[in-house]
Amino acid sequence: MENWQTKKTYIKKFSEEDCAVYTQNLSVFYGGTIQKLFDVSLGFKKNTITALIGASGSGKSTFLRSLNRMNDQVARVDGKIMFHDLDVNQKKINVYELRKAIGMVFQKPNPFPKSIRENIVYALKANGQQDKQKLDQIVEESLRAAALWDEVKDKLDKSALALSGGQQQRLCIARAIALKPEILLLDEPASALDPVSTAKLEDTLKQLRKKYTMVMVTHNMQQASRISEYTAFFHLGHALEYDTTTNIFTNPQGEITERYIQGSFG
Amino acid sequence: MNSKRNDRIATGVIYLLVGIVILLLVGIIGNILVSGVPHLSWHFLTSASSSFEAGGGIRDQLFNSLYLLLLTLIISMPIALGAAIYLAEYAADNWLTQLIRTTIEILSSLPSIVVGLFGYLLFVVQFGLGFSIIAGALALTFFNLPTLTSNIEEAIKGVPQTQREAGWALGLSNWKTIRGIVLPAALPGIITGVILSAGRVFGEAAALIYTAGQSGSTVDYSNWNMFSATSFLNIMRPAETLAVHIWKVNTEGIIPDVNVVSAGTSALLVIVVIIFNLGARALGNWLYKRLTAAKIK
Repeated sequence: MENWQTKKTYIKKFSEEDCAVYTQNLSVFYGGTIQKLFDVSLGFKKNTITALIGASGSGKSTFLRSLNRMNDQVARVDGKIMFHDLDVNQKKINVYELRKAIGMVFQKPNPFPKSIRENIVYALKANGQQDKQKLDQIVEESLRAAALWDEVKDKLDKSALALSGGQQQRLCIARAIALKPEILLLDEPASALDPVSTAKLEDTLKQLRKKYTMVMVTHNMQQASRISEYTAFFHLGHALEYDTTTNIFTNPQGEITERYIQGSFG
Repeated sequence: MNSKRNDRIATGVIYLLVGIVILLLVGIIGNILVSGVPHLSWHFLTSASSSFEAGGGIRDQLFNSLYLLLLTLIISMPIALGAAIYLAEYAADNWLTQLIRTTIEILSSLPSIVVGLFGYLLFVVQFGLGFSIIAGALALTFFNLPTLTSNIEEAIKGVPQTQREAGWALGLSNWKTIRGIVLPAALPGIITGVILSAGRVFGEAAALIYTAGQSGSTVDYSNWNMFSATSFLNIMRPAETLAVHIWKVNTEGIIPDVNVVSAGTSALLVIVVIIFNLGARALGNWLYKRLTAAKIK
């Protein structure tokens, strides 16, 4: 597609204090030389939901997965990821600690083949939290926050795999927020769910906005317009446009953005 | 209408071929069971074998087979598990990994008699272990390791990548993810793999003839001192297994009831292997349900 147009970008800037995390010239290379992401500099405002949209292969998932260093094993990531005045894209950073602060929910619900309770407490126990009462409390808090408590409170020791897809995905959210992260990265969290489950999930995410900063990759533009405050449009590895969701959907600046919004490609 | 006719012919041929396989299997197993099961009796299972009189049993051979299997698994399990974890989770895709895989493949297709002769030279002669259970167990470990490693590796690889990602995203280290999430999820498959390879080990004869030996020593089942020469647990004593026993009575046996003994022993061997196979499936399923579902407190 029209590669030359990627030079022209419209990126909204926030002040550094307003951002929960921001990147500076983030580039990702696969296999040493194949560049998948080009100098992306985006900031994500605290306690908002930001949607990352764009066609398949536009680099939005690659970008998202770079933020909590999930690409470490498969790609080289250049540039800065600033989190609490610290560039966390450095070798010396403890990625395990980082990932507790920047949680992630995946496209396909991936609960562990364990009980519902165990799904939530497993990582906590692995981190040395053994106090039974405290763990029970965290289980309830996290499940309530993920709007799942009422549905599962009587079967906490039943298999998580017996839950529906939508419940499993909310369990995955509960599992992530049990670690008390500041940021939640969501990689197309609703793409494997039916419309009813999707609506519930979106309600949950809206509730969570009060406490967490969320960055969500989505293919579903209605979803982006329903729940996000800000939207970034990715194209061929470039972040072309970043603005309030309203502006992106009603008054896009770039030609490619406009065509994507109208559904001409993607 | 040519493609329709061809399709019918192809389907017919496939059914025919499957039928031949099933017929062969049912025929062999049926024949062994029909001719052997009538000779199985409590007396047969619990009395010692006899060298030249009729009416001997296979008590010692049965115990030896199980004991050898147990020792083999104790030795080969940790090695195979480690190798499988390495191959499935850590090995980079390079020439060294390829070399390891090729080696494992070659080792698994090594004729068991060659493994036996190798074991004879190395363990029996070179290490001076003599014809002994431990020499047999080491030879069987060689025989068993490649299959066991690939079985476990397959089970580990069968765990979806999304499970590992879930672990990493929760801040778990690679090892914690493997130990706490991947291995439990793979456990049913691992158990199935272990038991299936155990069936192969249990029925193995050629690798044992020159390592564990063909003669049974006098065994005292009340002597629990492993280091006593007459103890049934002594790993330095020679030990004949069921499969070796069948081979022996048929080649050099002078007992008058050779046919009865070998038919009975064969039937027992087949039954145990069938139990292993069915048990593997049942245990795998049960474990999977157990691990994925409720923990009752």
